[in-house]
Amino acid sequence: MRIMRTIKQINDKIKKGEVVALTAEEVIELVAKKGAKKAAEEVDVVTTGTFGPMCSSGAYFNIGHSKPKIKLGGGTCTLNDVLVYAGFAAVDIYLGATAVPDDDPRNKVYPGEFKYGGGHVINEIVAGKDIRLVATTYGTDCYPRRKLETLVNIRDLNEAVLFNMRNCYQNYNVAVNLSDKSIHTYMGTLKPNLGNANYCSAGQLSPLLKDPYYRTIGIGTKIFLGGGIGYVAWQGTQHNPVAPRGENGIPKSPAGTIAVIGDLKQMKPEWLVGTSMLGYGVSLIVGMGVPIPVLDEQAIKFAAISDEEIYAQIVDYSSSYPQGISGSLGEVNYAQLKSGKIAVQGKQVATGNLSSYSKAREISEELKSWIKKGDFLLSEPVAPLPGAESGYAFKPLKERPII
Amino acid sequence: MTSQKIVLHFPRRMVDQPIVYKLVKDFDLKFNILKAHVTPQEEGLMVLELSGKKENFNRGIEYLKSCGVKIQPLSQDVTRNDIKCTDCGVCVPICPTEALVVDPKTRKVHFYNDKCIACELCVKICPTRAMEVHF
Repeated sequence: MRIMRTIKQINDKIKKGEVVALTAEEVIELVAKKGAKKAAEEVDVVTTGTFGPMCSSGAYFNIGHSKPKIKLGGGTCTLNDVLVYAGFAAVDIYLGATAVPDDDPRNKVYPGEFKYGGGHVINEIVAGKDIRLVATTYGTDCYPRRKLETLVNIRDLNEAVLFNMRNCYQNYNVAVNLSDKSIHTYMGTLKPNLGNANYCSAGQLSPLLKDPYYRTIGIGTKIFLGGGIGYVAWQGTQHNPVAPRGENGIPKSPAGTIAVIGDLKQMKPEWLVGTSMLGYGVSLIVGMGVPIPVLDEQAIKFAAISDEEIYAQIVDYSSSYPQGISGSLGEVNYAQLKSGKIAVQGKQVATGNLSSYSKAREISEELKSWIKKGDFLLSEPVAPLPGAESGYAFKPLKERPII
Repeated sequence: MTSQKIVLHFPRRMVDQPIVYKLVKDFDLKFNILKAHVTPQEEGLMVLELSGKKENFNRGIEYLKSCGVKIQPLSQDVTRNDIKCTDCGVCVPICPTEALVVDPKTRKVHFYNDKCIACELCVKICPTRAMEVHF
């Protein structure tokens, strides 16, 4: 396919304020009206967005050295009573989104409410609130101090970096409950006997669905992350490019993922929001948007794939999912999901989205405005993500007895 | 005809009085109990949809007040914290009365509190806990 423009040429246009950037929603309309060829000639960049809970998120910090010095590595450390991982050098710590305080009853009183945890702490850190840091450890000749209790604030930390090992799933399941009692999952509360069907994707605005073969989204791609700038660091964990795809190339079940990184100090609390999933745990909603350069006509054809053409699998979360049994109760497209009702086993089931489409739209608009104002240049990926032909796949655990 | 959803707070001494019976018998009012939390020796709370002739309705309300029952219109009691709400829509299929609805165009979630029966199902399932109850 003929190369129409390079990323360097697009960046030159961004610097001159001449770039044509459209959101994925706008591109769908444009391609329907003018066709892919004409649209590809006109449009330089397509912006995407997504805003949903992404559990494999977290942030690392360097808190600076106290006097006398303390070595948190090998000790224990909490931020607002939420345990962080300190198994590094003296004052580096990593806070995971799903961590909960030690005194949280979890699911002992079922379903647990999980009112506060890692996701909420990350939100408060970004919001500039003072955070209680409490640490105990062992003393050494070079790090004699054993206890530390202090308030910390993001403005004083040496580094505060969001580093999420799996975000931005390319497509996801539609969760239902075939059992006769309510269940509480990471996909929300599912009422018995197909009482509701919950999904979690921005569909036609979702970044990896708009570049289904990772032609331009790769390692090093610059993105909108948490209201600031971030980068794709690697393929995400559980990256599964070999998932079955439709004729249009779109995966029909959860497929690609990305690991992302960015400076937390320039992010905004409204785009990194702590969540409490009843009976499940704490998580972090991450706002993310990826620009897709229109390098050729194929790029815009992919970017213009609409909700009607993106299919997801309906999965029973009362039995199949927890037992690790693959199998689907059928597939539906995102236009059907967004209509508010889908048919499952002959029953009309009301749908709910865990991922905010209106926020995803806001992100795609925001990223578009950054690009148009010249505030955001595109980056060339430095290496591709493992693709559909790579054989790279998501495998289950092979359990082996410890003898 | 008047029909209103109201919240009644009973003082402790009233909990063993047949108040709803009086509303029916003496004032010819129809009632639909949406929620009730009445424990002996404690304050009672009842959410009612009360309907009947305007005159009877007003007399019924006067009667309740004269007994020392505190009355609040229901719509003040369940509110949405718009700063916390992310408009995801996971509450929509949980709501039994379609008081929470997604706008098909803007994809924002609207809360119609006149339809709300204060069942509170949305409160704990909201990922950002944006639905708040004030009784």
